[in-house]
Amino acid sequence: MSKKVLSVLKYVFLAVISFVSVFPLIWMVIAATNRSVDITKGTMIPGSYLMENLNTLLSSDLHYMMAFKNSLIIAVITTALAMLVSSAAGYAFVVYKSKNRERVFNLILLSMMVPFAALMVPLFRLFTKFNNMGPLKLIALNTPMAVIIIAVATAFLIFFFRQNAQTFPKELLEAARIDGLGEFQIFVRIFMPTMKSCYAAAIVVTFMSSWNNYLWPLIALQSPEKRTLPLVISAMGTSYTPDYGMMMIAVFIATIPTAIIFFIMQKQFVAGMTGSVKG
Amino acid sequence: MKNKKSNSGMSPRLNRRAWMFVIPSLILIIAFVFYPMIQAFITSFQSGAGNRLEWAGIANYKRLLTDSTFKKAMGNTILYLIVQVPVMILLALVISSLLNDKKLRCKGFFRTAIFLPCVTSLVAYSIIFKSLFATDGFINTILMKVNLISEPIAWITDPVWAKILIIIAITWRWTGYNMVFYLSGLQGIDDSIYEAAEIDGAGAIQKFFGITIPMLKPIILFTTISSTIGTLQLFDEPMNITQGGPANATITISQYIYNILFKYSPDFGYAASVSYVIVVLIVLLSIIQLKVGDKNE
Repeated sequence: MSKKVLSVLKYVFLAVISFVSVFPLIWMVIAATNRSVDITKGTMIPGSYLMENLNTLLSSDLHYMMAFKNSLIIAVITTALAMLVSSAAGYAFVVYKSKNRERVFNLILLSMMVPFAALMVPLFRLFTKFNNMGPLKLIALNTPMAVIIIAVATAFLIFFFRQNAQTFPKELLEAARIDGLGEFQIFVRIFMPTMKSCYAAAIVVTFMSSWNNYLWPLIALQSPEKRTLPLVISAMGTSYTPDYGMMMIAVFIATIPTAIIFFIMQKQFVAGMTGSVKG
Repeated sequence: MKNKKSNSGMSPRLNRRAWMFVIPSLILIIAFVFYPMIQAFITSFQSGAGNRLEWAGIANYKRLLTDSTFKKAMGNTILYLIVQVPVMILLALVISSLLNDKKLRCKGFFRTAIFLPCVTSLVAYSIIFKSLFATDGFINTILMKVNLISEPIAWITDPVWAKILIIIAITWRWTGYNMVFYLSGLQGIDDSIYEAAEIDGAGAIQKFFGITIPMLKPIILFTTISSTIGTLQLFDEPMNITQGGPANATITISQYIYNILFKYSPDFGYAASVSYVIVVLIVLLSIIQLKVGDKNE
């Protein structure tokens, strides 16, 4: 076989894979602009029913906008707290050489092996109990905090920040101490700004996983007005007479924030995902 | 530890500060990972309705052996694991080694397009696939229009097609994800190795098996383990595409635990014992994969 044929085959193969990868998303956008009847007939032309589908969605009893708000609040608070709590731990594991440091770090790493499926039962029971435990009521079942609190300190993030903190110049730390800055001030005023690109990557990953989280919110948020977007979308899917146009606009809107993050921060996205930040 | 010397050198004040940074994370991880794990282990030896649990010895684990739904869930999970993971990893490897070609045009376009599925949430893409593959959905309509099939395929309601659909869906979502890991690994391989192989007359296939795969071995191992862990906990897709149906034909272990908790009358003890099966499987498979990976070093 000649080199030319091989090269053409290569492009054909990659083009087919690319098409298959993108097609469901294009179809989602087109379906969002069409009536359900036309969608099932196999139309591939953008229609003029976008606003109508949107109206159907917003006026349905699904509380879609409320779910959007819930998702946003949970994702933003989770990300903010996680950046503070997890990065502080990752930072400390590099900057301070205290006794038992490695042992504690290994313990934290071990938690990465624990599958969430195994935590489903005990966490549900634990968070149910919080209802009658005074201040812990704040994080009890059916509150946004119940979803937030378990995503604030993760082994993945601590590991990620520890890896990257190793590139933090020690001279900066010593200079700051000589200048009389407190340890916490050094962390907030020197470390955080220096590691901007590392934080950007971590923010992208944390926000995405919170925005898309399904299983724990499904268990923790039982009342309709507390539900997040994945829960509402999932509920739409179980309908016996699905309105595809409305479903696809709902999925489309839920995907917009993550798509925007992806397109403007592709580098950080990949860096956060693969756990490596270069430059 | 090579830092022994400075351990003793750190002032007690600084040492206390150091722990202040770690303690919030440590408390959260102990409270929401380790404590629940131990709790679940104890619960798995108890049985009863709701919160009225009594000691039951290994009754829950005995029950697993005769539970046909559990066997189905186990079989499906393992089927997804041994069919889907190798297909996806091989596909991702082929794509990334094609994309690694310096002379390739439109590289950025291909890479972005193939990675794009990772932008969608698991629930969102499950609903897209459920709609696309509905009996009166787009895929059936097109397949019938081009006369590939005369009757619509029951993607969602036929036990065999439903499993195939789940496998197609997961492969669609995660191939680009794995590809990114391989691409970043391939960047670390010196081009001169490929050039030397070319001079020796190696073809594309020989280069793939002779250079690419051995060089990427640590990353392949890593992605295999994470895919295995992910597949063993598979929940969002079967829950949203097929609801585990028809008649539990696509149910997974995670979904079965969920059903024991929320669909039937809750049996915490039994659910906990099913969840420990996943823990044991993950630990075992990770050890096996690490061992196999080491042997070929």
